[in-house]
Amino acid sequence: MNIDSIQSGVVIDHITAGKGRVIYELLHLDDLDCSVAMIMNASSHKMGKKDIIKIDSNIPVDVDVIGYVDPEATINIIQNGTLVEKRALQLPELLTNVIRCKNPRCITSVEQELTQVFKLTDRNKKIYRCIYCEAKAGK
Amino acid sequence: MARSLIDVLDLSLDEIDELIAVANDIIANPRKYSEVCHGKKLATLFFEPSTRTRLSFEAAMYELGGHVLSVSSGASSSAAKGESVADTAKTVSCYADIIAMRHPKEGAPYVASLNASIPVINAGDGGHNHPTQTLTDLLTIKREKGHFENLTVGFCGDLKFGRTVHSLISALSRYSGVRIVLISPDELKLPSYIKNDVLKKNGIPYKQTTDLLSVIPELDILYMTRVQKERFFNEEDYLRLKDSYILEPRKLETAKADLCIMHPLPRVNEISVAIDDDPRACYFKQVLNGKYIRMALIMKLLKEAGTI
Repeated sequence: MNIDSIQSGVVIDHITAGKGRVIYELLHLDDLDCSVAMIMNASSHKMGKKDIIKIDSNIPVDVDVIGYVDPEATINIIQNGTLVEKRALQLPELLTNVIRCKNPRCITSVEQELTQVFKLTDRNKKIYRCIYCEAKAGK
Repeated sequence: MARSLIDVLDLSLDEIDELIAVANDIIANPRKYSEVCHGKKLATLFFEPSTRTRLSFEAAMYELGGHVLSVSSGASSSAAKGESVADTAKTVSCYADIIAMRHPKEGAPYVASLNASIPVINAGDGGHNHPTQTLTDLLTIKREKGHFENLTVGFCGDLKFGRTVHSLISALSRYSGVRIVLISPDELKLPSYIKNDVLKKNGIPYKQTTDLLSVIPELDILYMTRVQKERFFNEEDYLRLKDSYILEPRKLETAKADLCIMHPLPRVNEISVAIDDDPRACYFKQVLNGKYIRMALIMKLLKEAGTI
């Protein structure tokens, strides 16, 4: 399958197969006017299978979202058909308005305008907890 | 933003020692502190029922020479009209010097602390945190035992849902030589995340049992909690287990002479009233200690805010 190279834009590569759709949704890529290609289960020497997202516009992408969903992914910035920047990701310390707390006893369940903030409490186990009720985030 | 107390772990061990020392000094010299908060106001915002905690905060402020403004239920405040916790905190900051808040939703006092210009004390947020109960428990242990180190502390009853248990275990895990004994029916065991994140992570030796009688001789502290009927899936299990976790005089026959029996109260029937006169019963001392540690805490936060 061929997907044309992009001239100017963002390529999110090395996404663990199956997580591309999650990143697509959390980044609200369906709201963009430009072309967006999501390639699922592409062959990869390193990973076996991977997902790739190509965005045909140099939009600012929320690296925290991608780092949270899949810290192994990479972000490539393309300008004039050339790779100008490659960003490695890591788990962000804080996630702001990316995910919602699912604890029905949390204050955010009744005061929905509160900023949803999750804090990384265990980097090794990738555990985020709501800063209000400390409930563990469920991806 | 003034410093608040939302979680007991926000306090360093030195700060806890300092609060306990001040509380002990208040007990020894109450007159010295009787005008410390003269002209200052504590707002007790209780959006959930409470007897001990609210009265304890209010008595604490009165004994410091201060005044109290009180909301004693959500129904009697603007919360009933849909006012947010943030707006309530901003409003009350205009009237009072410090807030003690109890709220059924977890994290509500933290939201208040982010929006108030005065210190906020979490007086219990749902099943989440209740730091002044933990400080009360620590003061009681310190007064009864003189130290925290090398104590064997048994927790009995509902260890699954009991926030006071979780919080005290976390606080005690910061002291060396503490050993924990967990006594509960299988249905109400301590959650595994507390065992992993607190006990195992801090290298605290612990054991779990369903049999109170078999472990009671080794305990220095016995922290009782209520086994609630509604926590069981069926009444048969409840009826089978409920009496195992009721403390009666005969169960204390093999206990140490200096055992300290604690309970966050209210109790229903899990400690027989026949034990109340036993010198090892410390639960009503706990209630009294709660007022003194809250006096120490109110003073500390008001001093840090530059109010007194």
